[in-house]
Amino acid sequence: MEKLLDIKNLHAKVGDKEILKGLNLSVNPGEVHVIMGPNGAGKSTLANVIFSHPEYQKTKGSIVFKGQDITNKKTNEIAKLGIFMSFQQPEEIAGISVFNFIKTAKNKLSGAPVDFFELKDEIAENMNALSMQENMQNRDLNVGFSGGEKKKNEILQMLELKPTLAILDETDSGLDVDAIKTVSNGINMFLNSDRALIIITHSTKILEKLDNYFVHVLVDGKIVHTGDKSLADEIDKHGYSTFKGK
Amino acid sequence: MAKTQLEELNRNIYDFKNPDDYSFKAKGGLSREIVEDISRRKNEPKWMLDIRLKALETYNKLSLPTWGPDLSELNMDEISTYVQPKTEMKDKWEDVPSEIKNTFDKLGIPEAEKQYLAGVGAQYDSEVVYHSIKADLLKKGVIYTDMESAVREYPDLVREYFTKCVPLFEHKFIALHYAVWSGGSFVYVPSGVELDQPLQSYFRLNSPESGQFEHTLIIVDKGAKLHFIEGCSAPKYNKVNLHAGCVELFVKEGAYLRYSTIENWSKNMLNLNTKKAIIEKNGKVDWVSGSFGSKISMLYPMSILKGENAKTEYTGISFAGANQNLDTGFKVVHAAKNTSSVVNSRSISKNGGIATYRALVKILPEATNSKCSVSCDGLMLDSLSKSDTIPVNDVQTSDAEFSHEAKVGKISEKAIFYLMSRGLSEDDAKAMIVRGFASPVSKELPLEYAVEMNRLINLELEGAIG
Repeated sequence: MEKLLDIKNLHAKVGDKEILKGLNLSVNPGEVHVIMGPNGAGKSTLANVIFSHPEYQKTKGSIVFKGQDITNKKTNEIAKLGIFMSFQQPEEIAGISVFNFIKTAKNKLSGAPVDFFELKDEIAENMNALSMQENMQNRDLNVGFSGGEKKKNEILQMLELKPTLAILDETDSGLDVDAIKTVSNGINMFLNSDRALIIITHSTKILEKLDNYFVHVLVDGKIVHTGDKSLADEIDKHGYSTFKGK
Repeated sequence: MAKTQLEELNRNIYDFKNPDDYSFKAKGGLSREIVEDISRRKNEPKWMLDIRLKALETYNKLSLPTWGPDLSELNMDEISTYVQPKTEMKDKWEDVPSEIKNTFDKLGIPEAEKQYLAGVGAQYDSEVVYHSIKADLLKKGVIYTDMESAVREYPDLVREYFTKCVPLFEHKFIALHYAVWSGGSFVYVPSGVELDQPLQSYFRLNSPESGQFEHTLIIVDKGAKLHFIEGCSAPKYNKVNLHAGCVELFVKEGAYLRYSTIENWSKNMLNLNTKKAIIEKNGKVDWVSGSFGSKISMLYPMSILKGENAKTEYTGISFAGANQNLDTGFKVVHAAKNTSSVVNSRSISKNGGIATYRALVKILPEATNSKCSVSCDGLMLDSLSKSDTIPVNDVQTSDAEFSHEAKVGKISEKAIFYLMSRGLSEDDAKAMIVRGFASPVSKELPLEYAVEMNRLINLELEGAIG
């Protein structure tokens, strides 16, 4: 089976500071990979580096997605290949409605026109599943949204833009119990045997509905340990201290 | 759908030029002979010639403004102040000479007239070449015609109002305007008459090294209602062109006027336009203004809230690109109690363009219980560009609410990254942010014009990213 994502010996820095120091990660279709690790280990950096965030320089290694080397591709080209990222802090864009934004993004991703009414219905349905108020699609993108609303809006975009690989960067942080349930519902709606997820998180709550997944412990720019579901429970109990210094 | 249109833009839409073909073009410069000649050609009454001569005298006495953009490159000796197109005014598009008609076809004016306008005026260089109004409005006593016809046909009405809102000594370029004014629209809406569809006048300056000095005079009588749209454009030439139009608006008790403008001048234009409204008791004027193009613009529409409860709102946007200096803003005088004004201004600058918001708020002692709220935002697309806010606030009573909020900032790299992660290119991401930034203005425009404005924004943004 061809790997969906294959990251090899990835090094990346911000300014002079090296953050990723030889990271390896492979993801196959249908899999969920959970990345955990102490603050500052490089979890969010990994998400941003996959997406060629202009602030980070990749100094070594490669990222291959669906057999294509995307190491030096532009952010929007990477998105077009089918990767999505749920932002830790989604940006507020005044004057552009959620609906128009999704419509434009879909159009850019597929290069084809989008049927207005079909999209309207589809968004309404997904919003309903995510316990979002339907009129939110007419509001300016993320402007004045609560933290929870912003995160749900990210999941909504994930469901609408239909990527093959979605990276959720601490989507669950700052959410109340109900919102976490909603988000994990969204994750279940998204997953199928062709798609994969990378979930960056500090907590296992968002994972409760998932049968199985990989857990990677990221410390100091490298994945130092990989395990299954049980590893997440262990981290929940004991923290990261046992993985440090390895 | 709107999206598709945005991408199908044609940058030549505004830039095509017709041969400089005219029946008369005044030689460059400004003299008593030229002013008298213009008046004679228009077969004007003596009182109008007297105004012109007085204005010429005033023009010669006044000096260039000592503030704002540098106007020293303007050489009046090289500017022809009067260019008469090769046609009389028509009321059917078929009768307009094809070359001129084609110009307005390309700008979409006849089509717009068919679809959603109650009346249209079209000016080509110095003269109005087409004017028409729906028959039912004529029956209701609405007057919509070119300024010259108004001087001939409604001399008492014109004389009562002409120069009474914008006096000829106000500044050097308004004096110039009154000396050589030509064309423009005259509108009178009788008491209680409400127009559901807008009237639109379009001003096209085709002739190189020339000036356009149209005069628009609008009177909205008691309880009447009007939406007036003004559009302007010109092709680009190497030498400067000058636009020094004047707009005088009289809004009577309980009347409402919405005045929308999209000015899209070529980048060799000096746009020194003067617009002012006098608003009586319970009256309201809403200004919606989009300033695109021009080399230099100095444009500060003004509302005088003369009667109790008079209201005004200004929503404006300007977009300054390379080698452009757009000095725009809004002036309001609160001169009676319970008056209110709301100002929402946006400016965008890129590639070294300068966008300045220059404004005046004056609340007189008698304007008790008045409210004024000003908000202005400047968005710079790169570090070469400049955005500035120069407000003058003169509040002479303690019994008034006044707030002023100004923000100037650079386009957010984080926001660009966010949008790019959803598949938008860097250019598309910037365009989306700018369109969103401009949306308080585009929302105020009729749909067709909002689409036009977005198209202009995309035009301005093209090639903006190095």
